[in-house]
Amino acid sequence: MDFISILSIFVLACFVGYYVVWSVTPALHTPLMAVTNAISSVIVVGALIAGAAGGDQVSTALGLVAVVLASVNIFGGFAVTERMLAMYKKKDRKN
Amino acid sequence: MADLHELAATPAWAALAYLASGVLFILALRGLSSPGTSRQGNRLGMIGMLVAVATTLVLHGTGLIQISIAIAIGGGLGFVAARKIAMTDMPQLVAAFHSLVGLAAVLVGVAAFLNPQAFGILDTQTGHIHNVSRIELGLGVAIGAITFSGSVIAFLKLNGNMSGAPIMLPARHVINLGTLAAIIGLVAYFVTDDSRWVFFTITALSFVIGFLLIIPIGGADMPVVVSMLNSYSGWAAAAMGFTLHNTAMIITGALVGSSGAILSYIMCKAMNRSFISVIAGGFGGEAPAADGGERVERPWKRGSADDAAFLMSQAEQVIIVPGYGMAVSQAQHVLREMGDLLKAEGVRVKYAIHPVAGRMPGHMNVLLAEANVSYDEVYELEDINSEFSQTDIAFVIGANDVTNPAAKTDKTSPIYGMPILDVEKAKTVLFLKRSMGGVGYAGVDNDVFYMDNTMMLLGDAKKMVEEIVKSMK
Repeated sequence: MDFISILSIFVLACFVGYYVVWSVTPALHTPLMAVTNAISSVIVVGALIAGAAGGDQVSTALGLVAVVLASVNIFGGFAVTERMLAMYKKKDRKN
Repeated sequence: MADLHELAATPAWAALAYLASGVLFILALRGLSSPGTSRQGNRLGMIGMLVAVATTLVLHGTGLIQISIAIAIGGGLGFVAARKIAMTDMPQLVAAFHSLVGLAAVLVGVAAFLNPQAFGILDTQTGHIHNVSRIELGLGVAIGAITFSGSVIAFLKLNGNMSGAPIMLPARHVINLGTLAAIIGLVAYFVTDDSRWVFFTITALSFVIGFLLIIPIGGADMPVVVSMLNSYSGWAAAAMGFTLHNTAMIITGALVGSSGAILSYIMCKAMNRSFISVIAGGFGGEAPAADGGERVERPWKRGSADDAAFLMSQAEQVIIVPGYGMAVSQAQHVLREMGDLLKAEGVRVKYAIHPVAGRMPGHMNVLLAEANVSYDEVYELEDINSEFSQTDIAFVIGANDVTNPAAKTDKTSPIYGMPILDVEKAKTVLFLKRSMGGVGYAGVDNDVFYMDNTMMLLGDAKKMVEEIVKSMK
């Protein structure tokens, strides 16, 4: 992919982000931060490439450490979001 | 070996898989538009991550054992942390997670710099890294490093390992601007010279500037800082996505980047402060000193738990206004119990949340949700402000500046212009506060304390509400 196509994806994604995030209800802003935290760990893709690559040992080691860090975030971020979201309940309408 | 990792040849199926994962992340955020759809959204986010990881592993399937171990270690740690963390400590956890994203971005950037071939950014003709990739890489590590060191400071301040008070270095604006200029200059220079010292100086300076940027920012401005670092972690991921030509990373980075930026904007607006003034820092630092002499002793009324219990049980509607003090004393559970008792007596109970109450966006909502308060009893500022004038009792617990009417009338007040909850319009205000001595974070006295219809309840938030509950039973 050339630079311009990547830039186009990026700019359009910024606009998508803008509209999607404004529609998030303020009550869920903390889960929003937790989940954006989890998904920004998609940086794990770069870490996996570095960790799997041969050639430079330092680079491989750094990649593996980055995989550990990003995994903390992925599992921790999604799990804590799930935990928080499970707490948001509506009251019973019966009474 | 090297040919296997040539990224330029990402097969079409993989490119589509990364795109799908990006779309799943968009849907994950979309789900958060209401609590009802939010959990499904979170699941979609997990699937998106699974798709991205699986695709990468299939494409670069070597060293699977080490990688599995790395994922297991990190995943285990993250999972345990997520399970054990108390809801009141959520801001710290989020700051800690941001720092990990930042550090991971730096490590990936360094790995890519050391082994450009594996990342497909090596110009095979010259044996150097592509020029465009150098800018992306330089920006990526810079943003990652700022995210890391900034989040570490934010974590230490939120966790109480470091004083929440702003730390002011002399000539800090000059130092900060100089460092930033040096980083930008070096990233530009990196295009012409990809030697190690340039790259590692960029990294080191960025760690330093992240640290310098956050230390002068005080505790109550943390909602802005946490949101801002959230945004940075996104931009760091996006920069790495540019380096790797990876759509999942670029889409995610843009989403997270805009999300954090919007939250920062909302927080700044709720404090009527400009983003620049928050970043410049120092708010709340000078206030206690300036406050000493001028404060006039004014009469105020003190109430007991029994008074409060009696007044509330006679009321038609009670609006509870929680603030950071409620979080500190963990009073949310007993507060909900109080609400239940009131409801059993036929009192309408509502909760009013100011956008900057607490230490991160939505902090109070999570705590109330944790205590099993139904989310349709919890209202945002603009939805409930008109109701205070028809309310018998406003029960303020651990909040102060967000109720200060000086924000509406006193042009000289540091919080002038900040939208506030109009608690003073309620028939009676019960103001629960640790002591009369401390003023709010902004260091301004609050006229609500001295009004005829205000009754001050002094003491620890949790203990006082417990006493009120006892008295109601």
